Amino acid sequence: MIAPELADDLLGRALARGGDLAELYVEERTGLALTLDDRRVERPQSGREIGASVRVVVGDSTYFGHVDGLGEEDLRRVADSVSQAVAGERRRPAALKAAEPREAYEIAQRPEDIAAADKAQILHACDEAARAAGSEVAQVSVSYVENRRRVQVFNSDGVAAADDRTRVRLGAQVVARRDGTVETGHETRGGHAGFELVSANPEEVAEKAARKALTMLDAVDAPTGRMTVVVGNGFGGVLLHEAVGHGLEADAIHKRASVYAGKLDELVAPEFLVAYDSGAEAGEWGSDGIDDEGTPTQRTTIIENGRLTSYLYDLLRARKDGVPSTGNGRRESFRHLPIPRMTNTYFANGNATPEDLIEGTEYGLYAVSFGGGQVEPATGDFVFGLSEGYLIENGKVTKPVRGATLIGNGLEALKLIDGVAADLSIATGFCGKGGQRVPAGVGQPHVRIQSLTVGGTAA
Amino acid sequence: MSQPDLEGIARRAVEAAQSAGADDAEAWVEEAVTRQIRVYEAYVESLTDAGSRGFGLRVFLDGRSGYAYGTDLSDEGASALAAQARESAAVADPDEFGGLPDEFGTAEVEGLHASELAGWSTERKIELAVEIERAARAHDGVSQVEDTVYADADGSVALANSRGFCSSYEASSVWAYASVFAGEGADLMTGLGVGLGREPGELDPRAIGDEAAERALALVGARQPESRRCPVVLDAFVAASFIGFIGGMLSADAVQRGRSLFAGREGEEIASAAVRLVDDGVDPEGPDSAPFDGEGSARRRTSLIEDGRLLTFLFDARTARKGERETTASASRGSYRTPPSVGTANLLLEPGDADLEELVRRAGDGLYVTDVAGLHSGVNPVSGTFSVGATGRLIEGGELGSPAREMTIASDLVSMLKAVQAVGSASRWVPFGGSVKAAPLLIGEMAVSGA
Repeated sequence: MIAPELADDLLGRALARGGDLAELYVEERTGLALTLDDRRVERPQSGREIGASVRVVVGDSTYFGHVDGLGEEDLRRVADSVSQAVAGERRRPAALKAAEPREAYEIAQRPEDIAAADKAQILHACDEAARAAGSEVAQVSVSYVENRRRVQVFNSDGVAAADDRTRVRLGAQVVARRDGTVETGHETRGGHAGFELVSANPEEVAEKAARKALTMLDAVDAPTGRMTVVVGNGFGGVLLHEAVGHGLEADAIHKRASVYAGKLDELVAPEFLVAYDSGAEAGEWGSDGIDDEGTPTQRTTIIENGRLTSYLYDLLRARKDGVPSTGNGRRESFRHLPIPRMTNTYFANGNATPEDLIEGTEYGLYAVSFGGGQVEPATGDFVFGLSEGYLIENGKVTKPVRGATLIGNGLEALKLIDGVAADLSIATGFCGKGGQRVPAGVGQPHVRIQSLTVGGTAA
Repeated sequence: MSQPDLEGIARRAVEAAQSAGADDAEAWVEEAVTRQIRVYEAYVESLTDAGSRGFGLRVFLDGRSGYAYGTDLSDEGASALAAQARESAAVADPDEFGGLPDEFGTAEVEGLHASELAGWSTERKIELAVEIERAARAHDGVSQVEDTVYADADGSVALANSRGFCSSYEASSVWAYASVFAGEGADLMTGLGVGLGREPGELDPRAIGDEAAERALALVGARQPESRRCPVVLDAFVAASFIGFIGGMLSADAVQRGRSLFAGREGEEIASAAVRLVDDGVDPEGPDSAPFDGEGSARRRTSLIEDGRLLTFLFDARTARKGERETTASASRGSYRTPPSVGTANLLLEPGDADLEELVRRAGDGLYVTDVAGLHSGVNPVSGTFSVGATGRLIEGGELGSPAREMTIASDLVSMLKAVQAVGSASRWVPFGGSVKAAPLLIGEMAVSGA
């Protein structure tokens, strides 16, 4: 990593021909990935990448360059080259405040201190646990990934910040087969945490994945049409992420590419609904100490008592709106520009129980888990593929269903929420936007939506 | 940095691995200069100018393999990488089918690199992007051009291994897109226009802007249709997404691990006679064409589906050994960060002879789909059943009718392939779902779920 004196010199060079903001971002990323497939640990991968990027913002234009390695000559060259895109008067950056290295969250067991063989042992234990779950389990794959990102951010407003981010993730995929029917089940556990997160009862992850696959062997084709949908806690929150969260990112708002533009302070949901985006939840997957522009992460209330209360900002868009950044300026790596991104996005607890929500449903779908989802922020139209779901008939969960897809519109669906349970949990997701993939936590308690279109495969 | 340097770096990394005790080793080195220009309302929203390089080292030791990657290309960096890769290999289980390929080679591929790219100044590229945006905005009814991006890459790749293979190539690519809105408020609809090539002169900025605008405008006023079973025409974008997904299921790795619905179906009819699908690693126009694959096998052209019959899966050296077959040179590399794995190069869906009008006429009453959403969460990769979100226009009496949204289309991949009644004549490269050249498809029947 680099010294403040060098950072100061580079920021000065970047502003050689003026600019409203110059920024230096430095990153060292290390990681290890192990996969077990077909009973064997294979394709172990480890890596180390170091680099930096420089950006200069002038009005609404951003000029950006990045370089591998931290050679002083290379860094000066990239700062000089970026500055050449600007056509103004030299400006001096503000004096840097002292950077305080910040380990935001306690890492009980540093993953790099654990022998690789112990990590491989977890994969084998998961494989055995999944296979023991039933004779119809046909194939198991398990993956373990750890990574550490050490970042420094310096800018011409005097920001000097650093962060040290460690994430681990254990995932299992199980294939179950009965006669001609084949089903898969997935489960993951991950967080901004150390090895302790995955070494405690790792078998549970594999058992859950196996149970999903085995259950789905009995699935019937999903029904089609509009019906009540009870969405499960944890990864069910991907619905909020897709249908609402993306539309609150300030870049979409500024380009009128969001149905939520101009809706601040309006009632967009029932009055009992509260939702947050928070990058400051200890240990959660989408949490960091600072965002990738040096702004400390925070909890932002996005919906309070049904009213839209905030958009999600990075520095650029915040400056334009005359508000402080909400700490949502994130980037995949030093090779990418920061843009407004969610961190952990979730509905707050209500006061129902999951049982209340299901018992009060005459006919509908219980959507426990999704394979993923997609939204067009400009229209709010969303699509989610179910990976685990059941029919609800006369207030009871009955048969599992396969091939269900939920489609709808975010603004409409929000208004149709009529019940929220008190069992909030946050799951691990990856969010893609503008060609950048970042870890994002998605969460919620059980939530019921009065009416949603289910696209099934049943005639 | 010039190409011989990359080969030298690759060779030194292999030597470092051998010094560290590897039985066999292989190094992949990449270098690229990239530029991305995003314009908005005729000004530069962002300009990225960057160089990047990195390498990955795969080692084999006592039948086990390990992989390490990094960005420090110095001799010390190579030594550190070798130690790391060796350490990784220690936790792997032995693999009787693993190891380097038995044969290596390179194919002649014309035109991978266009020297014209270097002659384009940043200013001209900005002009090109602005022209795309201007073309899109010129259409009545366009309410916003959200995003217009031009990007190019000028890169080199070198591969060396401990069996004496050492080669490199240069490739250039450019692409551009515009994302356009038409209509306002709840009636707002979106459209995308794309273009790609080896140098900016191959891009037609007007065509990209027009395409984005026309795709959005065609959807204004879309409503949720009634549920129905009907013939469906997929446009080339949508067909490419499905073809890309199917290509992934034809990987011998997915097949051998029991994760493909096509397992055990080689030689069988899996599609209608209208379907002919090729994976071509040496097509001069192909974005993913190269002289050699990710482990040094000479790239080639492989027929996958002919007259509806599945001829072969795609193999790398490992899956070929396991399946007692020959490699199809399908070891692909996402980047230097990952070891090679089986993947498609350029998928080509051979065009038929019906134009779009003819396909729509033959559909009679049905649905024309111009966008699908949620393909990767909506398809069960093992059973092939799917239900994905769709947007498009109704087909009424053999003509395009009112626009439709908020619906799903459902089937399973084999039923869909068998129900292909015709492949359109207008095929084009589409950069989604990998590198695919696709044409519109007329499908006999699918389930459409709406209101």
